Amino acid sequence: MPIDEQGLRRWLQRVHEGKASRRRFINTMLGLGLSAPLVANLLATHTPVAAHAAGAAPAPFTPTARGGGGRLRLLWWQAPTILNVHLSTGTKDNDASRVAHEPLAGFNPDGELVPILAAEIPSLENGGLARDGTTVTWRLKPGVVWHDGKPFTAEDVIFTWEYAADPASGAVTIGSYQNIKHIDKLDDHTVKVTFVEPTPFWYDAFCGGRGQILPRHLVREYKGQQSRNSPYNLKPVGTGPYKVVDFKPGDVALYEINPTYHVPNRPFFDMVELKGGGDAASAARAVLQTGEFDYAWNLQVEKDVLERIERQGTRGKVVLFPQAQLEHIQLNRTDPWTEVDGERSSLKAPHPFLTELLVRQAYNVAVDRRIIAEQLYGAAGQPTANFIDSPKRFQSPNTRWEFNLEKAVQQLDQAGWTRGRDGFRVKHGRRMKILYQTAVNPVRQKTQAIVKKSFEQIGIEVELKAVNAGVYFSSDPANPDTTSHFYADIQMYSFGPGSPDPQAHLNRFVSWQIAQKANNWSGRNVARWANAEYDRLWKQAETELDPAKRAAHIIRMNDILIADVVLIPLIWRNGVRAMSYTLRGLGLSDWDSDFWNVAYWYREA
Amino acid sequence: MHKYLLRRFLITIPTLLGISLVLFTVLALAPGDPFEELALNPNIPAEVRFNLRRQFGLDDPIPVRYARWFTSMLRGDWGYSFVSRVDVDRLILQRLPTTLFVLGTAYVLALVIALPIGVMSAVRPYSLFDQIATTCAFIGYSLPTFFTGLLFILLFSLYLDWLPFIYSTTIEGSGLRWVGEHFRQAAMPIAVLGLFEAASLTRFVRASMLDVIHQDFITTARAKGLTELRTILGHGLRNALIPVITIVALQLPGIFTGAVITEQIFRVPGIGSLLISAIQSTDTPVVMAITFVYSMLVVVFNLMADIIYGCLDPRITYS
Repeated sequence: MPIDEQGLRRWLQRVHEGKASRRRFINTMLGLGLSAPLVANLLATHTPVAAHAAGAAPAPFTPTARGGGGRLRLLWWQAPTILNVHLSTGTKDNDASRVAHEPLAGFNPDGELVPILAAEIPSLENGGLARDGTTVTWRLKPGVVWHDGKPFTAEDVIFTWEYAADPASGAVTIGSYQNIKHIDKLDDHTVKVTFVEPTPFWYDAFCGGRGQILPRHLVREYKGQQSRNSPYNLKPVGTGPYKVVDFKPGDVALYEINPTYHVPNRPFFDMVELKGGGDAASAARAVLQTGEFDYAWNLQVEKDVLERIERQGTRGKVVLFPQAQLEHIQLNRTDPWTEVDGERSSLKAPHPFLTELLVRQAYNVAVDRRIIAEQLYGAAGQPTANFIDSPKRFQSPNTRWEFNLEKAVQQLDQAGWTRGRDGFRVKHGRRMKILYQTAVNPVRQKTQAIVKKSFEQIGIEVELKAVNAGVYFSSDPANPDTTSHFYADIQMYSFGPGSPDPQAHLNRFVSWQIAQKANNWSGRNVARWANAEYDRLWKQAETELDPAKRAAHIIRMNDILIADVVLIPLIWRNGVRAMSYTLRGLGLSDWDSDFWNVAYWYREA
Repeated sequence: MHKYLLRRFLITIPTLLGISLVLFTVLALAPGDPFEELALNPNIPAEVRFNLRRQFGLDDPIPVRYARWFTSMLRGDWGYSFVSRVDVDRLILQRLPTTLFVLGTAYVLALVIALPIGVMSAVRPYSLFDQIATTCAFIGYSLPTFFTGLLFILLFSLYLDWLPFIYSTTIEGSGLRWVGEHFRQAAMPIAVLGLFEAASLTRFVRASMLDVIHQDFITTARAKGLTELRTILGHGLRNALIPVITIVALQLPGIFTGAVITEQIFRVPGIGSLLISAIQSTDTPVVMAITFVYSMLVVVFNLMADIIYGCLDPRITYS
């Protein structure tokens, strides 16, 4: 049985999921001449992340009373700065406000809806969803009260939409609410949402991180222009399992148990402290080694450092869970070195060689994803050939990646790029020299070095550039170093869909989103690639209500991107957290905040 | 004297104006904005970022922005933070007590260590005590705080497990236990900063004491038959302290603006860590306010040092 590396990885994963026989795997490996300890090691180290967090179902824990759990101490190396998610600038704020606030429904690790403030998830069967996809009816959970004792009703849901969809509020969540035409209150605990057009992704508004409901009776005065002045942003009132006692922006948020929480006998802890600031590596130490904290968020630490801290630690462990973040390289289809009408990387100046398919294919096989994954990411990432790997129903089975320098050489030769006297490739007097830019980050700089080395082996001259992240990802039209200006030949960063529905993520490559001077470089398609079939599929997927057909469209879009080498996917990154051995009940999900089920977290003595 | 004061005071106005202009321009020219995560999230339309930029006035020409900042500053309005949308003065005031406690204690510690050691070293120069003290001071002065800070964490938190290395502002309890806990968690940052300051101060005290101790008036004091202690403390130290006080006065603004590195390492929520996180998230109004307050304090304390100098040293008159 011939096995390549990806086959092996897939087999390992099946073994771990219990879908394939462990014994047969070991026997085959031994048959291939691997020693038994090596095979054991293979099985131990290659634990796929999916099996780690999501697969392990939490043991049933049914407390008979609320509270009694003492203090839960959480450490975020980025400090929360505001507790109103609709005005926040990052995940840290979403997390901190989520402890006290709730949406109608949250997303579990598989991207499925779990009702929180809703009585049930709308579906075609229960009549919540209209067949034409234009309306959705939410039935709200009765008997829920805000932290100040006022009842939670349909008015609050309607108000949250009015608040977020009002451009004057400056809400960052506006994108999830502006496709709503109107909301009708059917009774105190039922709302009917009507969309502008048929919407397969009806579970964006009021769900997950961007769906946190605001109390109308407290925020009503602060809609629109006044949103910034609301004392509510710092001392909010929610319906969540814990209520805010004290909040110091940029330092700490302190919560206490909500004695009137709407789930009986929950939550478990009496106090929750969310401390912010510092750096990721020492945050890992505070959980794993000194035990000062129970849980640390997003440990983007180099593999070697994190492994060493975990080995030395006695108080906790590192947990991984699948995310949809993709570290990738984009290839510029326009020429960053020619200025047309005061604009570089202009659509009027096609790139001198990245427009050649053979050249792009050569680049694709010249990137050693395996080395990058093993040496720099370890368990925190795996090589991938896809633009979309998660949720599973959208993962394309049709793609492959390989590292093959000989093939790359052949392809470049075939494309007419021959080696010059100094070893670098030339065609029609033009040298193949590229500028490779990314954000400042130790792992990215090492990735750059690995890619540069193999590129130079096949005769591509590479110049590296690293830009400070705050500058690189900014929206300043006057700043030439942003990702969207893309004044380089290739660039690398990571992105993800940010929600279980990849529609918005896929618009990064539609032709009307091309970033250019005319739109102040606000377009999302920074590779400046255009493809009529892709555009058509995207529009069809936007309103396609049949889930199977829609998934097929999305997989087809993924395959077009990969076949045309619009981007080179590198690493499918995992979420990395550290937690105390005693902490239980977590359900880490990339589609929602870490705290989407914080009401169910508990500690085992 | 009054004329001199008035003149000095009037000079500070254009100085501060110039400083604010330079600071503002540099910050305004620096690229970047606080919307990194918004830019990467495909569910947040680009218009959101552009609207926020407009709302924050980031797209206006620099002179317009400066004029706006300056006029509202005159009205006592320091602007609001882009990331927490809270007034800047409120953010700073929230951080001030912690910074004053940690840095103030560190300075007191530094003085308590530096004064006796410096004096004793100077009284018996090149003795064994002096050799050890000078060597220690030299080492302490050479080691940067980010290094000693990490060393302390490694030793006292990770290896010995005695002290917490994450500063908490939410300590429960009251009375002695509360005070004790506060000092326990502040012990490492205070020690790191205090010892560093002590090292440099010791060298100043010793040098300035050495200058004084060979003066004729010390010999006179001894000839009068004063005890050695009174000679050293009453005649020597008082004079030796004049330059030391100037140095301390010039370092005082630092107490109000925090210690960036030490605060970051120990997660002390002081003004230094506010500054660094504001810089990292391109939160310009906060950076502007902290740096400008710092410049104001430097200017003011310079003035005060000059005045104190005149009061302490009768040879200096301002006329």
